[in-house]
Amino acid sequence: MSTKYMFLIYSDEADMAGVTPEQWDQMLQAHNAWAASVVAGGATIHGGDALAPSATATTVRTGGATPVVTDGPFAETKEALGGFYVVECADLDQALALAHTLPANTVEVRPVIDTN
Amino acid sequence: MTDAVARAVEQAHRSEWGLVLAAVARLLDGDLATAEECTQEAFEAALRTWGERGIPTRPGAWLTTTARNRALDRVRRETAMRARFPDLVRDEAEVAPEEDDVIVDDRLRLVFTCCHPALAPEARIALTLRLICGLTTGEIARAFLVPEPTMAARITRSKKKVAAAGIPYRVPSENDLPERLDGVLTVIHLVFTAGYASAGERLVRDELVDRALDLARVLGVLMPEEPEALGLLALLELTDARRAARVDAVGRLVVLEDQDRGAWDRTTIERGEELLARAFGLVVRGDAEPGRFLLQAAIAGAHDEAPSWAATDWPGIVLLYDRLRAVWPNPVVDVNRAVAVAFAVGPDEGLALLDALDGRDDLRTWHYLPAARADLLRRLGRRTEAAAAYSAALALVSDGAERAFLRRRLAEVGATP
Repeated sequence: MSTKYMFLIYSDEADMAGVTPEQWDQMLQAHNAWAASVVAGGATIHGGDALAPSATATTVRTGGATPVVTDGPFAETKEALGGFYVVECADLDQALALAHTLPANTVEVRPVIDTN
Repeated sequence: MTDAVARAVEQAHRSEWGLVLAAVARLLDGDLATAEECTQEAFEAALRTWGERGIPTRPGAWLTTTARNRALDRVRRETAMRARFPDLVRDEAEVAPEEDDVIVDDRLRLVFTCCHPALAPEARIALTLRLICGLTTGEIARAFLVPEPTMAARITRSKKKVAAAGIPYRVPSENDLPERLDGVLTVIHLVFTAGYASAGERLVRDELVDRALDLARVLGVLMPEEPEALGLLALLELTDARRAARVDAVGRLVVLEDQDRGAWDRTTIERGEELLARAFGLVVRGDAEPGRFLLQAAIAGAHDEAPSWAATDWPGIVLLYDRLRAVWPNPVVDVNRAVAVAFAVGPDEGLALLDALDGRDDLRTWHYLPAARADLLRRLGRRTEAAAAYSAALALVSDGAERAFLRRRLAEVGATP
């Protein structure tokens, strides 16, 4: 029997903003090496990606009478991250429309960086 | 460079900047930062070239073609980008003046992109003024009383978010249009209000009012079937018609009641009234309810039509506020409605409504509530209470003209701050 876990990676965005292409490559290699070690250890990676900075985040709140779209990441502390989807969309409008229909009160929408 | 050339470029900057940028942005698939640079370069080129070769008969077309050529140059230079724009590279010979409806779409695309709900409200205003109106970062910073580097950072961050978050460069679908249009109209209204409020440099402020009017007119032309777009334009016209009477010879604020109604611009009022009639006609034909901008315009129109403060149709204004409150529940509307009730029914009734609003969290920092209470108390002869309310209002205002007005009133009711 096995369980799926989501690994949430936190980092200082100020540090990340200044990385050179070389440092970025080094990080990718380190992640690839880690992924290989995961597989070697008998575990399975179901998905994972780097996220664009939180300045690109948009939050959709559907709890009230009308859905509210705001700039920025979700920052209230009483609610915690409870799940995630990675959905490929045509653009932010489609992503926000889908976030509106998700059975959840608050959804933060953040672009996933294309690491290829 | 002759004065004529400088004037022509300035005039084109005022009327064509947004059009040129919008056309280039479409060519670049919504890359606003590059579109802005290419537009800037085209205007710089105009300053040089028009002096040597004369002012073109269609400055806008010249600027658009020049900016688009700059954009194509950049695209050609960047090999990686060429792969992203196969159609564009193939069709480069077709860079010619566009059909009118394409230009219409371009302008709307730019407006809806700059006012996207995924951007913070202050970011929408900054992008609109920079990208659509062509105001410089310094001008926008001065208008909103923030340091220029702060405004520059805000604009850069906003452009980055548009690109990185994938905010699409297009007019929203029919489904999203009412909500999204409301967002656009709100930005234009905020630009107007920022200009109309009296803080800051007068010249910059007038510029904001004029730009908001320009934008509202463009939207009125581009969306002639949208009652709220016409409603906003009517609201701005009917409010701006009183511009000359709003400040006296020594720069002091004059409230509506004391304004010289002969100084109101009758031509502008007529224009606003025509817009009102057209917009209400659309509402009736569409079997819809008038929206918040149209209702606010109707209230402004009721004031403009009144021969005096006393002879104003106050019961009619109360009814308009009732409808406004139904479509746009808002404490600010409640306060304004209470004031209208005070003149339609009596100051005691108005005061009772204001007292019921007192203490609401969302009104605590707004000087207008204590100022409105103070005014009604003054009319009722309750001078001590009026003085206390004027002092409470003064404590919440930083704007010079507004403070001066409240101090004058405070002195009238017999106290000094």
